[in-house]
Amino acid sequence: MMKKSRRSFLKVAAVSAIGIGAAPAISLSSSSTNSHGSSHAAKSPNKGAKTAKRWGMVIDTSKLTEEVVEHIVEACHKAHNVPDFNHEVDEGKYPKTRPVNHKQEVKWIWEEHFHNAFPDKEDEFLADKFKHLPFLVTCNHCINAPCVKACPTQATFKREDGIVLMDFHRCIGCRFCMAACPFGARSFNFRDPRPFIAETNPDFPTRSKGVVEKCNLCAERLAKGEQPYCVEVSKGAIVVGDLEDPESEPRKLLDKNYAIRRKQALGTEPSVYYIM
Amino acid sequence: MSKSAIFTGLVIFIIIALFPFWINFGKTAPVPEPELVGKAKTAKKCVLDKMDMRANHMSLLDEWRDSVVRDANRIYTNTDGKEFAMSLSTGENSCLGCHEDKSKFCDKCHNYASVDPYCWECHTEPKEIK
Repeated sequence: MMKKSRRSFLKVAAVSAIGIGAAPAISLSSSSTNSHGSSHAAKSPNKGAKTAKRWGMVIDTSKLTEEVVEHIVEACHKAHNVPDFNHEVDEGKYPKTRPVNHKQEVKWIWEEHFHNAFPDKEDEFLADKFKHLPFLVTCNHCINAPCVKACPTQATFKREDGIVLMDFHRCIGCRFCMAACPFGARSFNFRDPRPFIAETNPDFPTRSKGVVEKCNLCAERLAKGEQPYCVEVSKGAIVVGDLEDPESEPRKLLDKNYAIRRKQALGTEPSVYYIM
Repeated sequence: MSKSAIFTGLVIFIIIALFPFWINFGKTAPVPEPELVGKAKTAKKCVLDKMDMRANHMSLLDEWRDSVVRDANRIYTNTDGKEFAMSLSTGENSCLGCHEDKSKFCDKCHNYASVDPYCWECHTEPKEIK
């Protein structure tokens, strides 16, 4: 048997160590045509996507009628696969569906009375017309959105263009955001919403049980260069645009009209304005 | 005396320890062949190379999701300069727009490998809606 001196063993060990250490560098330089090629792949927005510095919404309350409001809510909820718990479940497709608890509802945009939408502006002598107007309320996409601060997983976040958006994949259903939102703009899926969606829109995902949802200002439509659904069917009652751009449609409206925002005293700085 | 007891014990132990092997002997499930139908069949190449897709599609999808939701970047241009919509199931240029049948493609391997990704709890396959 051959005897190895400590010296010769250490020599071999050192050379092998250098070889092992150099291996990744060698394979990296030799495989510049590597299939992954993420160095050359690129991600970009759609051509013609609508962009803004800060998206905002102006609602002209004088143009809101019961009919228009109904259309808006329906268009939004239908397009975003928002479940309606009054919808009769198809027993063949979803057998053994639990009975509905009507305290649970999911909504992105909905009708509210003045005294609920603007509790701090309620007044004994408030003009009668406001008491009966159907106010439309939704997520305010606040500048200082409390829901964003409350979210422990960053599932809710503020996009650079001002939209307060949700990554449903990341939502763990803790509902801190629902407690944090002073506008009740968020809904929780206590159950699988699918049986309660009359007609599923294939262009938008549904949600799953245990996830919070809310208005996304139609981010998926702005990305295609289209107006949000609510704007489209509002007959001019809702305008969405860039609040930072003085030439934008909402800014022009705000220049000419007196507009209020909900619960301004809280300092969340909503981006939804109501022309009175 | 104890010799025979030890051996019987050993034999029993080996039989029990190898239980998963002999119970499944000869029952190997065939390796799945995900089927390329429709556009995927003629396209020849996916977003990345075949083997890369096979190994890394989940991280690619993860990357795409963050890009779409957080940065509003919805178009992916691959190394060949081809553009894809970073979407699982919406539109012609999405994953399902090309791999037209999820049950013949995604499900084949996922079922075999017994992985249950929750994509389809929310995302819809246009075919399954109808």
